[in-house]
Order: sequence, then C-alpha cells, then structure tokens
Amino acid sequence: MTLTIENLQEIAKTETDVLESYRYRINVCVAAGCLSCGSDAVKASLEEEIRRQGKEKACRVRAVGCLGLCAVGPLIDISPLNVAYQGVQPSDAPDIIGSLTGAPVSRLLLPTDHPFFSRQKKIVLENCGIVEPERIESYIAAGGYEALYQALRQMSPRQVIDDVTASGLRGRGGAGFPTGLKWTTVYKAQQADKYVVCNADEGDPGAFMDRSVLESDPHRVIEGMAIAGYAVGASRGYIYVRAEYPLAVERLRRAIKQAKQLGVLGENIFNTPFAFDIQLRLGAGAFVCGEETALIASIEGRLGRPRPRPPFPAEFGLWGCPTLINNVETIANIAPIVRRGGDWFAGIGTEKSKGTKVFALAGKINNTGLIEVPMGTPLREIVFDIGGGIPAGRRFKAVQTGGPSGGCVPAQFLDMPMDYESLKDVGAIMGSGGMIVMDDGACMVDVAKFFMEFCMSESCGKCVPCRVGTAQLFGILERITAGDAKIEDIDTLKELCDLVGAASLCGLGQTAPNPVKSTLRYFENEYMAHIRRHHCEAGVCAMGKAREDTA
Amino acid sequence: MTSNASIPPKPRTDVNPARIYTLRINGREDETILTVARQNGIDIPTLCHLDGLAERGACRLCIVEIQGSPKLYAACVTLVKQDMDVITDSPRIRDYRRKILELIFSERNHVCSVCVVNGNCELQNLAVKLGMTHVRYGYLNLTHAVDASHPRFSLDHNRCVLCLRCIRVCKDIEGAHTWDIAGRGIHARIISDLNQPWGESETCTGCGKCVQVCPTGALSEKGKSVAEMTKRPEFLPYLQMMRKEAEP
Amino acid sequence: MPPATASPALSSPSPSPAAPDKRLRIIDRTMRLHGYASHALIETLHAVQEAFGYLDPDLMRYVAGRLKVPLSRVYAVATFYHFFTLKPPGEHTCVLCKGTACHIGGAAEILRQVEAMLGVHAGETTADKKISLMIARCLGSCGLAPAGVFDGTIVGNLTLDTVVNKLQEWRSHDADHRKSAGDCENRDRCP
Repeated sequence: MTLTIENLQEIAKTETDVLESYRYRINVCVAAGCLSCGSDAVKASLEEEIRRQGKEKACRVRAVGCLGLCAVGPLIDISPLNVAYQGVQPSDAPDIIGSLTGAPVSRLLLPTDHPFFSRQKKIVLENCGIVEPERIESYIAAGGYEALYQALRQMSPRQVIDDVTASGLRGRGGAGFPTGLKWTTVYKAQQADKYVVCNADEGDPGAFMDRSVLESDPHRVIEGMAIAGYAVGASRGYIYVRAEYPLAVERLRRAIKQAKQLGVLGENIFNTPFAFDIQLRLGAGAFVCGEETALIASIEGRLGRPRPRPPFPAEFGLWGCPTLINNVETIANIAPIVRRGGDWFAGIGTEKSKGTKVFALAGKINNTGLIEVPMGTPLREIVFDIGGGIPAGRRFKAVQTGGPSGGCVPAQFLDMPMDYESLKDVGAIMGSGGMIVMDDGACMVDVAKFFMEFCMSESCGKCVPCRVGTAQLFGILERITAGDAKIEDIDTLKELCDLVGAASLCGLGQTAPNPVKSTLRYFENEYMAHIRRHHCEAGVCAMGKAREDTA
Repeated sequence: MTSNASIPPKPRTDVNPARIYTLRINGREDETILTVARQNGIDIPTLCHLDGLAERGACRLCIVEIQGSPKLYAACVTLVKQDMDVITDSPRIRDYRRKILELIFSERNHVCSVCVVNGNCELQNLAVKLGMTHVRYGYLNLTHAVDASHPRFSLDHNRCVLCLRCIRVCKDIEGAHTWDIAGRGIHARIISDLNQPWGESETCTGCGKCVQVCPTGALSEKGKSVAEMTKRPEFLPYLQMMRKEAEP
Repeated sequence: MPPATASPALSSPSPSPAAPDKRLRIIDRTMRLHGYASHALIETLHAVQEAFGYLDPDLMRYVAGRLKVPLSRVYAVATFYHFFTLKPPGEHTCVLCKGTACHIGGAAEILRQVEAMLGVHAGETTADKKISLMIARCLGSCGLAPAGVFDGTIVGNLTLDTVVNKLQEWRSHDADHRKSAGDCENRDRCP
C-alpha cells in the first residue's frame, strides 16, 4: 500500500475534526526548557483535574513544542481562548480548568500581545508550540509532508533546486554559504551513491535553536531532508545529533519510525520511484565535529579530526560519495520554500540575507528564549523590544554572536541590522544564532578568556597553530586576568591571533581568535586596565579584589 | 619522472621581489605543490610530511600562498592546477613558519643538548634552516612520562611533536596499528594499544619502523647516548617500490 | 594482510569475565544492527557506556575484537570524545553547565565553590564514590542559565545554595538510609 495525497488529507482531516470536537485545547510545552521546570507534572495534573471535574469530553491536553519564552516556563496556551499562562505549577490545575468558562487566572496570565510574540515572524518555528512533536498526525494536520508530495509529484529535482536557489537561502550553520549552490554541486556530481547529512551537532555553547526545532518539530527536519534527497539524487540521509540532547534524540527516533510506518520515508514514496531512508548518528561531545569533514569522519566511526579541503564534501564526502551537509535550521526552511515558492521567501529579509533567522536569546536579558525575526531586524529591537531589555536596571554592554567563532557587538552598533554582511563588518559573525547579552557586569577580557578556553579544549590537536596557539593565547589571557601580564603581551596576543587565524587547518582554528580580536577592537581599554592598573572594572577577575585587599 | 613545470621568477609588487620564490605550474593536476616544487629544486620546509607516508597537512610548516587567494595552503596536500601561481617563500610566509616552529618548541621539552638525536634531528635542522634564534612564547611546560618498557626502544613523550608519522607507518606500512593518539588538543599524546606500556603491547611487532621515521628524539633505540642516534627513514620509498613490484 | 589475523588481541576477543550479563547482549545487538562494521565503533561505545556507565578496558577490548578495530583506535576514539568516560561514575552525578549563558550567569563561581566543597575537580568522583562532578559544554538550556543536571534531571536557574543543598541532600539521604539499614561500613565517612 502506497501513501497518496488523499491519505494525507484524510489524516489531516481526522486530526482536525478530533481536535475541534474538544471545546478547549490546552497546549503544554514539553520542550526541554519547560520540562526541566516540571511541565510534565503540570500536564499530568491538568489531565487529572479534567478527569476529576468530568470534562474529558470538552478538554484535551496536548504536549506541544517550544512556545519560545523559556525564561518563565512552564508555559501553557489554551486555544481557542487565546490565553497563555506562565510559570504554571501542578497546583494551579484546578484554577486553570475551573476558569475555562470564566475569567482567566490573572496571577498566571502571560499577555499575548507582548512584543516578544508580536514582533516575531515565524517560518522555521511556525509549528513550534502548535504541533505535537510526538505525533505525525499532528504535523500532517499542519500541512506537513505536503511539500514533499509537491516536490516528488509536481516538480523535477532541478525545479526544486531552482526554487531553493531563487529563495536566496543561505546556510544557517554560521558561514552563510548559498544553499542552492551547495545543492547544485551535489546534484551535478556524477555518482550513483549520494548522501544528505543534517548537522544537528549544535556545539556553540550558548545556542539552542536546533535543539528546540528537533524537540518541537522533528518531522519538519525529516521532510526537509527527504526533499533535499530528491533534489540532489540521494537515497540515504544521516542526522548527526548531539548525545547531550537526549530528548531530541528520542523524538527524532520516534519521528523517523512514524515516518517509515506511514510511508513518507522508505521505498516508492508517494508512488514515485524515489526512496529515502534516514539514520541517526549520535555525536559524543566534540565541538570540532560541527566542521563538515570532521562530522563525516565521526559518522564513519572515526576520530573527528578535520581534513584539508578541497576536496569538498559536496564532491567527496561520506564514504567518499558526494554529500550534502546542511544545518538543522537550513533544512527546516526547505518545506515552506517548496510549499510557498522561492520568491515568497526571497521577499523576506534584506537584499543579501533572505528569510528569517532564529536566535537563542540568553545571558543578561529579561526574556530569555527562542525568537525568530526577519533578517535585517535591528539589534535594538531584538534586545529591548522582543528581549525586554536588561534585568536589574543594569546597562547593556554588548552581545556575543556566533559563540567561540564569533565576536561581540558593542552598544554603539545597537541600531545595526542583523544580517550576514553587517555582522561581518563589525567583526562578528551571524553564526548559528546564539546571542548572549552582556551587561556592565561582564568583563570582556574574561569573556575572551572563556571562549579561548573553550577553543583550546575543543581543538582536535591535529594542526600546530590551533593546538599550541590556542593554548598560548589562553595562557596570555589568563595572565592578563590574573594581573600578571606585561604590556608587550598585547602585541604577542595580536600576532598570535593573526597566525592562528591564517595558518590553522580548519574553521575552528581559523575563527578561534575572533572573540579576542573583537574584544580587543572595542574594549582594548579593559585589557589595558587589567595590565596597567591590575583593575577589572566589572569586578569579575579575582585579581582586582585581591590587589585591593592587600593594598 | 619528468616535470613540465617551469620556474620563471614572477615578481610581486607588495613584497621584496628578491626574496620570493614562485612556481608557475602548467599541466599536470595530479601532484601536490610540494612534490612539484621539490622536483624543481625549490625547497619548502616540512615536518609531518615524509615520503612514503599518507599526507596529513597538519604541521602547517609547508604553507604557501597562491596568487589570487587570501588563504594559505599546505603544499603537501594541495594539488597543482593549470596556471597556478604559487609563492613558496615570502617574508610573510617565513614569519609564519618561524612562529609555528616556535610554537612547537614551546609545547613540550626540546632541549637539544641532552637529546639522543642532537645533531641528527629534523626539528633542530628546521630551527637552523628557518633562522629561529629564540622562542618568543612562554614554555607550556607540559611534562609527560618516558615509556622505557620496550626491550629495544624507548618513547619520550616530552620530545614528541605529534607529527603522527609513527602512527601512519605502523598502520599503513607495518599493518599493526599499535600506535594511535589519545585525547585531543594540547593534551593529545601517542599511546600503544589500550594505553598500555609499549613493552606490554600485544600488537607491536617490534619492527622499529616508527623509531626510524620519528623526526625527533621521541622514539629512539635504547643504549644510545646523547647525539648518538641517527634515523634512517629511507627504507620507506624502498618498501613501497618493492611492494609495487611484488604486486601481480 | 589485515591486522585482524596478525594480532592476537583481535582474533580472540575476550569478554569481561565479570560481565556475562544481559548488558553485553545490548552491546552485541548494537553491533549486529550495524553488521559488525568498523564504522559502528562510536555507536557501540555509546551502547557500552549506557549499559555499564563507563568504558571498561575489557569491554573496549571486546568491542575492538568484534568490530575488528585496532585496540589503539578504540582507545583513541574513547578519549577523543568527551562524552565518553573511562572511569566508573559515582552513585550520583552532578553536571554543571559551562556554556556561555551559564558562564555569564555566574556558573564559574558555583563550580569553584562546589569543587572546594566536594574536594574534587570537575570530571572526578569523590573518594567515597558518592558524587561525580562533571561539566557540560552546553546543555542547550540557556534560557534557564545557570543550569545543571542532577542524576539525569535538568535543573535551571541554579544558585550556589540550590546546588549545595542538593549535594548535601544526596549525602545525608544516603547517610540516613545507611543508618536505618544498619550498615556501619562507611559510617565514619558520612557527614
């Protein structure tokens, strides 16, 4: 039995009918953020309370994905009332269920006209908080797998690639390479065996976009990979996901199984000759495996050490075959592009950066969580409107984008549009979307040291500039933060940054000096204060206190 | 082997032309820059490269510039292309190479005066060749153990530069794969089998190839005193040639 | 000649004598699922660690033999990836996140204090084998920074007090438990 579009529509209709037979749908966020605040207990108590009040026929509790505002979880959302609650505890269940017919529970109310919600534009996250990640029917009811049907039955692979090219989508993993170009290279490769790899090894310490997408909408990734497979001519795919994300792994496993059972993965998908199969591979805690060649080595069960490129994976990748490697967010953009057309996507964003970008807002900001905004949204809007500003009345100092490969954007650039080029101009990068907000309590030398420690311990050790250079850089930064540095150390620091960036083998080493370079560019005075006056303005580095005490 | 590469001096304007060695390559796209350069008598310093072993592109001493690209390329792993202009030596490259070498010296313990290969050491020769007079970086002083458990050889991790020649020769030529590299980054080090003492290794055949290819005094024969040990890696191309002959 | 026939260690895999249990079957199943291909090494090591809590040398030897991967390569992979541990974990595991958001949120200070309190460094287990202190590069729970994982449960918005309380709870709960069970073996070590 092969799946047809009628089957899909029937599943969608049944699902919608069933849902609409309930007067109230109570959506509980069960992504990792809310789960760790006890949302599973909240869900259980809501179900219990519904039973107790005998409202099983009127209310249905649904386990949905990330609602975005992780800072005030557990979050629930009641449709069709358009009421959202924050910080819900299991003991709140009677009040919530009791209030369904009356006024909302004011003490838990989360205003839905909050700029955090109203200023966003959701494409990648459009299903997050709406579909139930553990049920394929729920994804289908939201239009899921229609794009795959459309691609397989109504488009040639070339047309799919043309759409992706026309959309202007660029890789969301960090470097911003045009996705259409990458697909074309793999498409053109003359080899029978090809692979599609989804890079879900989200290593940037301060980013959780991919995690949320995988936990909240795993089928979106599967659909995107299948479309990519059809377009480039691959019949097998791998998702390389961090073992540190057990919930994402579990949901992906379940989703792949459901997709196979239904027939959107496997042989003769939608009655076409196209076959596609996806396997999971677990990462094991190595940031360098985000680098394409290291990732391939790791899938092959080897040490995750990068090799020199060329040859690029698009020509010589997994098991020596042409391999398309795209990041989770890139792949999550594919189904909407196919469904609504490349031109629609190209109409969003700026001239060179199309579409939207998901950012993980964290650090010293009121509304920590996951947001999606059109490319080119000013930083100020993200931090102060959507993010709600800096807590405790403190002053904004900088944001760090791109994690250990990126740089900081200081206050004078708050009105800068967030797109690939503007970020590059100020010495930062788009990166995967981690956005760490720092207030005046952050010491920029300490931040640079933090990232250098990260790069040092994540360096694979293969090439000398990265292996020894990052250790030397860390040593100098450690001396500066301890108040033991000399003024010449700044020159050595700059020279080493240049060397490590220019001579390292892979992207990890080549970008490792970026946080130092960018903090030196905007906050050299802090470095100087540490060296000359043994003073850490933010009071983070211990030497400041120690010297004062002895004085 | 013949080469159809020609070596016209191709001056650049941004650096002192007298100090630049450029290589203009026509035809042949199956060989590395390093191979073609050496065939034409142009010297490019190397450390992890050894004729007869698989390339790694890891020590970065053989970095060269290619006209039209801002990036640096490792000559040992970059294939030549039609009309490629390669700059194998310039003040910028020389400066980088010297700094990379200094980084290697700063990593562990490379005191030549008490080393078995003093006078016969590739690392020492490189320092002379690249005009390294001192190490500008602080010594990291990572101290490692010496493994003298093998009856004939010893391994001094403090002299190791992680070129991984020993691993490659053991895996690809001898076929034992006794050696590999444990850990990563600055804490990476050579291990035998499951991190056992070398002398207790179940897989080591005692062939000594690793000792002969080691560029420094990290792997040495027992009983040799300071400056008494010389390495003979020349057996490698010979082995390769003989194996090729033996193929049906 | 393939190394498998040249090496005594590889031709005769010896399962750990202490582990002829069903956990070995889980490992065997993983390897079988991948057709005993050498590229299943990382997946198999994940299975070993999940079943046994760490990578025991005998088990690494066993996996090496079955997958025909050199011993040194198994050890290399086991130590390259930080997710794997070669030491048995303590009874309880406290993982503190060291991601950027957690760092900005003061995780470094919490870690310093906890290290002092337990008398171990991150990555080590207390002498009484009670608590393993680990650090994570990023749990991806940056919205809850500083975050940690206590025996598998993610806890957000950590303060020094909440961490110390939790650790003390582990110690005293187990001490009570031991007292009531009449087990005096470790009495002098209980706080």
